[in-house]
Amino acid sequence: MKKIIAMLLVLMMAFTLVACSDDASQPDVKSEGVMTYAEYVAAPMDSEVVIETYVQAKQSWWEDKATLYTQDKDGAYFVYEAACSEADYEKLTPGTKIRVTGYKGEWAGEVEVMDPTIEILEGNYIAPAVDATAWLGTEELEKHQNEFVSFKGMTVEPSIDAEGNEVAFLYAWDGSGQPGANSDLYFNVSVNGQTYNFTVESYLCSQDTDVYKAVEALQIGDQIDMEGFLYWYEGPNPHITAVSPAK
Amino acid sequence: MRQRIVSLLLLGALVLMLMAGCHGSKGLPAFQIPESFDTQRNYEITFWAKNDTNKTQTMIYEQAIADFQALYPNITVNLRLYTDYSRIYNDVITNISTNTTPNVCITYPDHIATYKTGRNSVVALDALFSDANYGLGGSQLRFDGPTLEQIVPQFLSECVLDGQHYAIPYMRSTEACYINKTYVEKLGYELPEVLTWDFIWEVSEAATAQDEEGTYLINGQKVMIPFIYKSTDNMMIQMLKQRGAGYSTDAGEIALFNDTTEELLYTIASHAKTGAFSTFKISSYPANFLNAGQCIFAIDSTAGATWMGPEAPLIDIPEEELVDFEIAVRTVPQFDTEHPKMISQGPSVCIFNKADPQEVLASWLFAQYLLTNEVQIAYACTEGYVPVTLKAQQSEQYQDYLSRAGEDSDQYYTVKLQATQLLLDNTSNTFVTPVFNGSASLRNAAGQLIENTVKSINRHQTVDAAYIDQLYEDVTSLYHLDQISPSSQSTAQEDLGPLPSTAVLLLAALGIAWSLIIAYAVYSAIKKKHGSH
Repeated sequence: MKKIIAMLLVLMMAFTLVACSDDASQPDVKSEGVMTYAEYVAAPMDSEVVIETYVQAKQSWWEDKATLYTQDKDGAYFVYEAACSEADYEKLTPGTKIRVTGYKGEWAGEVEVMDPTIEILEGNYIAPAVDATAWLGTEELEKHQNEFVSFKGMTVEPSIDAEGNEVAFLYAWDGSGQPGANSDLYFNVSVNGQTYNFTVESYLCSQDTDVYKAVEALQIGDQIDMEGFLYWYEGPNPHITAVSPAK
Repeated sequence: MRQRIVSLLLLGALVLMLMAGCHGSKGLPAFQIPESFDTQRNYEITFWAKNDTNKTQTMIYEQAIADFQALYPNITVNLRLYTDYSRIYNDVITNISTNTTPNVCITYPDHIATYKTGRNSVVALDALFSDANYGLGGSQLRFDGPTLEQIVPQFLSECVLDGQHYAIPYMRSTEACYINKTYVEKLGYELPEVLTWDFIWEVSEAATAQDEEGTYLINGQKVMIPFIYKSTDNMMIQMLKQRGAGYSTDAGEIALFNDTTEELLYTIASHAKTGAFSTFKISSYPANFLNAGQCIFAIDSTAGATWMGPEAPLIDIPEEELVDFEIAVRTVPQFDTEHPKMISQGPSVCIFNKADPQEVLASWLFAQYLLTNEVQIAYACTEGYVPVTLKAQQSEQYQDYLSRAGEDSDQYYTVKLQATQLLLDNTSNTFVTPVFNGSASLRNAAGQLIENTVKSINRHQTVDAAYIDQLYEDVTSLYHLDQISPSSQSTAQEDLGPLPSTAVLLLAALGIAWSLIIAYAVYSAIKKKHGSH
């Protein structure tokens, strides 16, 4: 009897593992009329798009409009100001599957779904952070726009504050923000002799978050690893969500 | 039985007390000016300010606070910075309900109209203006502020709501058209002193010519949006004003959805269709396109002048994308060049009421300090702003500043000073839209008409009469304009009038109930006392 129970338990565990691996490794099966990521990429600007994707993070909710970082297993989609009630916004958690209908648009280089509506579906997926360090400064980077990525072993470089001092970060792009005002944080990091400007977007990660506090504690010369979303504004402008000492 | 009657009477009394308590109790009593400012007490006030994401402006606020606190050591000013008026508006609305508004706040009169729906939430300033001790130019002030007559009358009048001043102007700007003159001339046109809409549309259309590979002939690039407008709210409002068409009445009647609006939208649609026109919300900052040689006419605030041009002190695109060209600054395009009309805009300052009149007086002192020459001139020089006081405008320091255009590409950046001069020369040609509860929504709606039209054209939809009808309906619904009417302009601040007769009866019943309760209690006590003997 014990043997039978043990075998049943083993079988159940095996089924569970198979079920889990399905979610993460199987390709996305899109519903009828829904674009694949490749079709979305190929769609012309201002054309209507219908996608199924998974919420990775929520940037903001404002006057019944939600801005979301989303991704499926093939690529990422920035969903800008989707019509969304506050109650529905609360239902959106990392991994939530949604169908998005809107128009493909580009704003300052950022490709996004504009004027979207969303529908919450059954399904869940959280994208792993892909190491994008080697893509910095290359054309490859833009192909991964909006994806959840990591940057490893980068060095904090000085920024210049309002008084002309070298500092590790700035409140607002030019230092015109202030502590406690939930200003965006801007900081410079380098790798392979090239310096890049990264951001903690305060609507995504407010001043109470760990990443915000971690950046406020940075020192010039610190070696750090980061994770975040590969947002674009007139060039790469990653929205960083985690900072830790370089491993 | 007797106990049940007493219980019912008590319950009724409780309900009546709650009802009576509710009647007209929301908010604070109207502010009364104290006879003198109590300098023996300490005050901590909050100042919610807006800057244009400009570190110099932040530093000027901080310096103003430091200087003010040196004059009034018993007043501490806590600065909270915003870069977006709508966020200030939203936060104030949220805080009105909990009586946690800031003391002093940078704002727009449109927004104050909404703030005023909270009972006595915003302080009417007329009595403060004229107070002999602490008013404008008052004898007890520790700084050299302007008198009432030294505030530019037109700017001051913009702060009047319901016949009273609820704000003081802080800075004023208008819109300007920043032009790639090099490209205009390359296309074979001569730039006129006053732009017309016809001229802009014609040149913009000419600039859309492409070769077979889709490269624009004018700039040799794959991108060219000849005409980009930053604030489509202002675009529609100014076009309607210039055409003498309706927008709204002073009383708050909405007149936006008219035939002229429809005609303007068709014109805009036709130029969006050829790629000659776009907007900030659809394409991004006009300055970025202008500086990359991808735009010819960029319309933005004069307070955005420091971003305009390849030599601008503030640049937001990679250096390798900058294109060298000659930049020119003009007023916004006109339908009638003999009678130019342009919007007056810019921040004002309001004061929120508090339970402690001394705290309000401290707030007023600080707000007034923002009108001193030190603050006015310093802040105005950060952008294409104009000081709101004649005292500052006519000062030797400011005149010297204006005379030094082009000495460097920072403090004396030519484009910034040209934009400033443009407003100084056209102050009498500026206008503001009527302010009422809901006027902020109407303003948004005006811009939304253009945004939606351009988006629809980009998405290959048909813009015709049926489309416009639907657009009017959608925008009305989106901004709840059907809930704005002159008849709904009454605010909680208005006198609620005598109590209704039912309430009088209930209050009378309350009095009787309490009398009966007391009588019964006395009767019981006497009876008990007699019984104990």
